[in-house]
Amino acid sequence: MSETPDQKQMSDAQDQKFPEEQWDDDAEEDPTAVSTGAESVVSALETAGVEVLFGVQGGAIMPVYDALYDSEMEHVTMAHEQGAAHAADAYGIVSGNPGVCLATSGPGATNLVTGIADASMDSDPLIALTGQVPTDLVGNDAFQETDTTGVTRPITKANYFAEDADTVGDDVGTAFQLAKRGRQGPTLVDLPKDVTQGGTDVTPERGQLPDTYDPAEEADEDNVAEAAEALARADKPVILAGGGVIKAEASGELRDFAREHDIPVATTMPGIGCFPEDDDLCLSWAGMHGTGYANMAVTHTDVMLAIGTRFDDRLTGGVDTFAPEAEIIHVDIDPAEISKNVHADYPLIGDAERVLEQLGDAMPSTPDDREWVEQCLTWQEEYPMDYETPDDEPLKPEFVVEAMDEATADDTIVTTGVGQHQMWASQYWTFKQPRTWVSSHGLGTMGYGLPAAIGARFAADDDQSVVCFEGDGSFLMTLQGLAVAVREELDITVAVLNNEYVGMVRQWQDGFYEGRRMASEYSWCPDFARLADAFGAQGFTVDDYDGVPDAVEEALAYDGPSVIDFHIDPEENVFPMVPSGGANGQFAMNDEQLEEL
Amino acid sequence: MTGGLEGPGPNERPHPEGRRNAQGIRIDPAAEAEVPQERAVLSALVEHEPGVLAKVSGLFSRRQFNIESLSVGPTEDEAYARITMVIEEPTTGVEQAKKQLEKLIPVVSVVELDGEDAVARELAVVKVGADNPDEVQAVAEMHDGKVVDMSPETITVELTGPERDIDAALETFERFTVREVVRTGTAALARGPQETR
Repeated sequence: MSETPDQKQMSDAQDQKFPEEQWDDDAEEDPTAVSTGAESVVSALETAGVEVLFGVQGGAIMPVYDALYDSEMEHVTMAHEQGAAHAADAYGIVSGNPGVCLATSGPGATNLVTGIADASMDSDPLIALTGQVPTDLVGNDAFQETDTTGVTRPITKANYFAEDADTVGDDVGTAFQLAKRGRQGPTLVDLPKDVTQGGTDVTPERGQLPDTYDPAEEADEDNVAEAAEALARADKPVILAGGGVIKAEASGELRDFAREHDIPVATTMPGIGCFPEDDDLCLSWAGMHGTGYANMAVTHTDVMLAIGTRFDDRLTGGVDTFAPEAEIIHVDIDPAEISKNVHADYPLIGDAERVLEQLGDAMPSTPDDREWVEQCLTWQEEYPMDYETPDDEPLKPEFVVEAMDEATADDTIVTTGVGQHQMWASQYWTFKQPRTWVSSHGLGTMGYGLPAAIGARFAADDDQSVVCFEGDGSFLMTLQGLAVAVREELDITVAVLNNEYVGMVRQWQDGFYEGRRMASEYSWCPDFARLADAFGAQGFTVDDYDGVPDAVEEALAYDGPSVIDFHIDPEENVFPMVPSGGANGQFAMNDEQLEEL
Repeated sequence: MTGGLEGPGPNERPHPEGRRNAQGIRIDPAAEAEVPQERAVLSALVEHEPGVLAKVSGLFSRRQFNIESLSVGPTEDEAYARITMVIEEPTTGVEQAKKQLEKLIPVVSVVELDGEDAVARELAVVKVGADNPDEVQAVAEMHDGKVVDMSPETITVELTGPERDIDAALETFERFTVREVVRTGTAALARGPQETR
């Protein structure tokens, strides 16, 4: 609306009369002032403290990208939207703040779906912003139209279809808060092009949580007191620490609590890093391929303090034999996780860090569990994670993981794909700090490793190393990300544990399908070192033990993306192993034991 | 196959005798009981916004909750709608369904309505053949129903009441030629001054 000459005169006069009106002039130059819905989206992200975004351009999202042109935020152009989602997911895991990914409508949005589902399963803070066809075309099967909010409804904590340029920034702010607060998870805002192009002068406020969302901070005091009583009188207590401990920044509190009360700690896979694995009390992680001693402790405990875990079936094995004689104290911020899979005798709903403080205050005494702690140490000796490296057999992957671990600092971030290599990385790397283990747990997304390493690199400190373990099959799924790593000059070391198999499937075929290796042989794998060179990265190939130290050293020293193609023993299997649905205490240490089951 | 670790085999290890049932509850393995199904009426107050019904129905199908009926409509406050659901689950399933519903962002509150403390009603419309109009009228009256439409071939009757009464009424109507039946599913409110939220 343009001013009439009269109005102009009047406002000029007012300016002179009321000097404070000059603020209006300043407001026009205010960097936070917006004129379109797209600018409002960008403003909301900036207000939320977002520093980097991962995405891929496209028709319906172009107005948002155009608004990003003038933003201080860094945008990383990915080679595929799935990579954008995984990169943002990993950024969220490492930084603790929601990662942001962008894609256009239709295929852009559907390509994000795997990454969003991954974040949903692992409760990772993530925001997806998707372009959408203009509102008047929605429902017409327009070009690149997909019902994105419909498709992502079951895999997001919340999603919004933006309706108005005046409110779209608030939608984004709310999505940010919801991703980060309470039980973390992915959120999505679908952005029709007419909304992002539409005019508005409403600068979004700091994001607000919806009125209907109010996660509990503190657990009920009476429940805490009862739980503390139970834990204090336990003979065989164990702490099961899940990913929620890391998400709640409760690792420090957990360490203090476990050490003060001398309680052994097993983690879940997503919980790796929340308790130092070189600590005497640490049993490493429990579950299908967890350590024998963690699974023994979890099976024989009489009181389990489970924190921030959803008792996934890969952790519990068959529920009938999971900690079958234990009273369970379940700490979780999400009430719906209480007694979902395993009954909680003492439900403590709240923030893990705060509830651990409450429990610490309420403990009437320390459990008398010296015998039990000794027993756990005995199990560590009985079921050691000691592999052999015979000269007449090919390179063992466990050795590669340990070599990489030894060559890097404690704060090194490890990302993985999914499969055998992921299990070896989690078993043989000694994790000492939270937010250094970045993997795809619940969804089990092959190809997660490289895009996750890209996202982790942006969240990591400059002097922190980022190492990515991949398998040959898993790496093939997303290796176009190398182009991004090279362009962005990212210091990432990819270790491909190459056995020319989809190894975990091959292992299951050998174990449970009479060795009928259908569609698991990948003998057509490319030469990964030369492929890395072709992308402009540094490639290495290692065939034997002698080649490991130099390649590891050179690759880590290389200032940019490098790929080491380790040709490992193709027949090596992952142990220990609890067969699917089996009893945790009935893990197999080797093939012969697996046959007994 | 190669690889593997050393250690006592599965059958050389001690094993606890305890067990949990399918709901993850510790049980006496010698006296395992079947978990009975429970019929529960849940009333959810939700924000009246697009997609909320899809969120609720999607949740129920995704998590395999057995849903008997679902009805939705506006409330005294135009900002909210009320969804009434009848589900059949073991007690743990009912609890889980409530918690999962509460977790949905647009859901304001969820209450379970106990039969005695709630008024639950359902509407059914039944269309029968018009061969015996007087008899149809009589049966309708017997069940507090109302004839709402007549044609030379058909009579349509409206019935309201608790679900069980509707079941009984419809059974009686089977003596006529039932052409079509539609039922709304249960709508319910807490009795007395108690708010349903």
